[in-house]
Amino acid sequence: MAKLESKVPSGPLADKWRKHKADIKLVNPANKRKYDIIVVGAGLAGSSSAATLAELGYKVKSFVFHDSPRRAHSIAAQGGINAAKNYQNDGDSVYRLFYDTIKGGDYRSREANVHRLAEVSVNIIDQCAAQGVPFAREYGGLLANRSFGGAQVSRTFYARGQTGQQLLLGAYSALSRMVGAGAVELHTNSEMLDLVIVNGHAKGIIVRNLLTGAIERHAADAVILATGGYGNVYNLSTYARQSNATAIWRAYKRGACLANPCYTQIHPTCIPVSGDYQSKLTLMSESLRNDGRIWVPKKKEDRLKEPNAISEGDRDYYLERMYPAFGNLCPRDIASRAAKRVCDEGRGVGESGLGVYLDFSDAIRRLGENGVRERYGNLFDIYHEITAESAYQVPMRIYPAIHYTMGGLWVDYNLMSNVPGLFVLGEANFSDHGANRLGASALMQGLADGYFVIPYTIGDYLAGQKPGSRPSPDAPEFKAAEESILGVTKRLLSTKGREPVSHFHKRLGKLMWEHCGMARTASGLRQALKELPQLREEFWATVNVPGSGDTLNQSLEKAGRVADFIELGELLCLDALTREESCGGHFREEHQYPDGECKRDDENFGHVAAWEFQGEGKAPLLNKEPLNYETVKMSLRNYK
Amino acid sequence: MSLAGNLFHSSIGRKFLMALTGLILVGFVVGHLVGNLQIFQDPDHINGYAAFLHQMGPLLWVARIVLLISVGIHIWAATALALENKQARTGNGPATAKHWIQATLSSRFVRWTGYVVLAFVIYHLAQFTLGVAGSAQFKENLPRYVMAADYRVAGFPVIKAGAEVLDVHSMVILGFQNPIVSVFYIIAVGLLSFHLLHGIDSFFQTMGWRSAKWSGALRKLTLVFCLAYFLGNLAIPGSVLTGMKGLREGFRAPSTSRTARR
Amino acid sequence: MVASSTSKSSLSVTLRVWRQAGPNQPGKFVDYAAKDLNPDMSFLEMLDVVNDDITTKGEEPIAFAHDCREGICGTCSCTINGKPHGPGRGIATCQLYMRSFHDGDLIVVEPFRARSFPVIKDLITDRSAFDKIMQAGGFITVRTGAAPDANSIPVPKHDADLAMDAAACIGCGACVAACRNASAMLFVSAKVSQLGLFPQGQPERDKRVLAMVSTMDAMGFGNCTNQYECSAACPKTISHDFIARMNRDYLKASFRSVFKPVSNSTGGGAA
Repeated sequence: MAKLESKVPSGPLADKWRKHKADIKLVNPANKRKYDIIVVGAGLAGSSSAATLAELGYKVKSFVFHDSPRRAHSIAAQGGINAAKNYQNDGDSVYRLFYDTIKGGDYRSREANVHRLAEVSVNIIDQCAAQGVPFAREYGGLLANRSFGGAQVSRTFYARGQTGQQLLLGAYSALSRMVGAGAVELHTNSEMLDLVIVNGHAKGIIVRNLLTGAIERHAADAVILATGGYGNVYNLSTYARQSNATAIWRAYKRGACLANPCYTQIHPTCIPVSGDYQSKLTLMSESLRNDGRIWVPKKKEDRLKEPNAISEGDRDYYLERMYPAFGNLCPRDIASRAAKRVCDEGRGVGESGLGVYLDFSDAIRRLGENGVRERYGNLFDIYHEITAESAYQVPMRIYPAIHYTMGGLWVDYNLMSNVPGLFVLGEANFSDHGANRLGASALMQGLADGYFVIPYTIGDYLAGQKPGSRPSPDAPEFKAAEESILGVTKRLLSTKGREPVSHFHKRLGKLMWEHCGMARTASGLRQALKELPQLREEFWATVNVPGSGDTLNQSLEKAGRVADFIELGELLCLDALTREESCGGHFREEHQYPDGECKRDDENFGHVAAWEFQGEGKAPLLNKEPLNYETVKMSLRNYK
Repeated sequence: MSLAGNLFHSSIGRKFLMALTGLILVGFVVGHLVGNLQIFQDPDHINGYAAFLHQMGPLLWVARIVLLISVGIHIWAATALALENKQARTGNGPATAKHWIQATLSSRFVRWTGYVVLAFVIYHLAQFTLGVAGSAQFKENLPRYVMAADYRVAGFPVIKAGAEVLDVHSMVILGFQNPIVSVFYIIAVGLLSFHLLHGIDSFFQTMGWRSAKWSGALRKLTLVFCLAYFLGNLAIPGSVLTGMKGLREGFRAPSTSRTARR
Repeated sequence: MVASSTSKSSLSVTLRVWRQAGPNQPGKFVDYAAKDLNPDMSFLEMLDVVNDDITTKGEEPIAFAHDCREGICGTCSCTINGKPHGPGRGIATCQLYMRSFHDGDLIVVEPFRARSFPVIKDLITDRSAFDKIMQAGGFITVRTGAAPDANSIPVPKHDADLAMDAAACIGCGACVAACRNASAMLFVSAKVSQLGLFPQGQPERDKRVLAMVSTMDAMGFGNCTNQYECSAACPKTISHDFIARMNRDYLKASFRSVFKPVSNSTGGGAA
């Protein structure tokens, strides 16, 4: 049984972080250079932490499977980043951002972590602006804001539709500076394949050099995983094709608990699937919901009609109807489920019937076509490239798609997992978004963790580790881990079956989407739990991985990742089946109010479900961390 | 790195040198053309002008050396950059034919027009400055011209009436009466104008003075300039070839050959 | 292959793909037939399908770089019919759709070619030279936590917008591949311009441009001959105006370095 000690400091919520910073141990400047820290991943959390830790004087080794840190998928975030700056004078505050995030997460996140997130959000904007991130500005030269789902204030900072890109490039430039200064050793094209644990502490990783196939051992005093989410378990998602769960999954298998895997976010505004061959779903930023109105025809028989030919009276602006207070800006899980509901009623548009309209004609009337172009031009261009349709003339067709995973490795208040020395940042951990993440909060969390949390909290752990005490990469634990990796690689390469890896990924994705997608049932989940082990067996028996292990081999990379996805899919379904309630992104059809809203069960499920690996073929163990709400009262989310 | 290091070793530094020397050379060819156009006035003008330039003595040599260094640096920088450019492309498999997207024709042929212009400059110097080619008609071998009136620069009479000067006027006309020489000259100045079409645009880009806001206007201005330059140059051999411009009254070809004169 | 899910007619093309087993190994073009493709399929999805076919035959699939598939990560990098990222303006390879081709077309697919981008395998090249340039000076030195309030430094909207135009660069390297001289000027100038347009970027402005250009030259990229093929091939249509701006910055910095007084004392607290 894992020990899940949240280490949330005592005292009033608003003082916890300040108090904690004053209480935790420090490493003196001369000693910092004696500690090696491994950072896996170079997205917002990875780059920002690697850069900041190096600035502090630690010796940092940064690992990224991409050819450059700048390619990490944080780059694709479009809309913006929240911060409680209250520059708009519209009543925002740290407390309000905290409260909106807790409420948006359907009361399934850890209060103290979320409050800290809201506190440091203001520093993030300062830091990024100083780095030269080209945030949108007003004519006076000060920063502009837009509003986002789940909030009634304008607190989202943005850089056109490329906020994630700009923030990542800011963090990448900070990282580049430290690489140039020799303070960070950068390992590109290096994929982490195992976590090495020595005497119960995370002390290193095994990586595969993707260019040469060489398996390398790297030892350190602490290991940070910032490897992102596991949404590609669904195959079709808004994730990058290479985004994978291998790092966190292998850490899970080495004893780190995986928390709330069933909390997956489905983004309401993506371009619908068009065919079997499809590899990727493209997101249309949530910011579009600021000015776009979502509707479907009132009558089923209108669903294939030319949208502009459907009269105003025959349109059902269902979000505005169902949630008059938030309207088109209600949180993502709610908007997604509403879309599913109207499509299930047979009113979905487009050939597949899986689509709703996002209509800008009102906005064009109000702002003019140029006004709309100024705000969303690049998004309209993306839409045009993909669909060959102009959203200035006809409404966009959108449908929900997997976008983010709130679940992840369990961490305490210090962002350390239950394995001492293993820290987990950003989307890879579970802590801040509960059961649903609000728009523009992922960027905030990644950078908060990397710039402003880990630099303090890692010292608390390292202060207890004697400088120079880290094991050598020749230690038996490293050797054993390397051998197990070589064994897996050999097995994948020698199967020489008939099916390419993509075949299994597609099947896995379909199975997960059908049984563990937007709406889940006990019987569907049981069915998935029956089929997934079969799929896993079939994979290992019939997968075809051509080529060899000692060169660049993309099939081999994919095979390892899909093998992990299949296993993770099983845990995800198990978690979804075990959580007998609906909350945020986890919707169990058995648990809903008559109007279709989530019916939470705070008494029995007001906890974090942290799953612990018990060995191959054995059922994982469920550990529970109760969620103690000291300040906020858990209540029914209401966006009406 | 030092300033000289930056200018002579970096890519941008050498481009700056090309731009700077290019500007000097453009200044020269424009001045040269304006001077030459005096051929359309009475012979006093061009002959007086030539005599005036010769009279400058050391200053003329300073100008010549500056021009020579400019040409040298221009060619050196172009060659050094081009060699690097070629190297930057090779060693990575055979690329299929380059698919041009928006590069202008003049930019794509700038190296070749440069070669032709260089060849022309050498011939031109040989013909009109050194007298190696077509030497029977070289100014030194023609009878001296007697100035009918003062040649004035900025109001000062620099060449007095009655002075005996070299007969550049007749040399040019005799030279261009040869159609082969004229056609080569016309082609060469045409290519030089074409070369400048890219060169002038590039000058502004390299100096950092070009932007989308006025690059269209710059393009047009450059075009007009190059066209005017070409037409100006075309006018001289053109008018000679078509017979519009003939030898001056009273010109007497030397009855004897060069050897006889010596 | 893939049946069309829409009513639009399908198309078949022949791919002529550069295959190269590894760095320093000879490469060659190999033809593959891609049949009955849905025009709504992306170019990379077409390659996925072709690759599955090749894999099923027991051969090694075509290695190609890709990741986000929405034109922002800058990983994908194919030269298609002689043009980086293929036909179309302002798109990355992953944003190219088969509807841009005709039935029966021959499509030549190559890696981004440049000496500074050595081929790793098939269509994948090593673009780490870009990272090296960034490490030389593509940043504003600001320690985490040391930043003043974001609104304490107003930035004229016009400058911020222009900086954003430059910052849109995805670091794909199409500018290098499109340039006859394999010059990296557009990439470098975009970063130099972005940071140079901000008040925050002024203290290091000269140092930055000198260091980045010097590293760019050392990496073996060619020189700009002002043909502007780079901006025409750029998936983010970044303007070559930024090259002019960098030229100016570089020259100013070079000349300024001659006259700028330098303090005799060293250190002074800058750790």
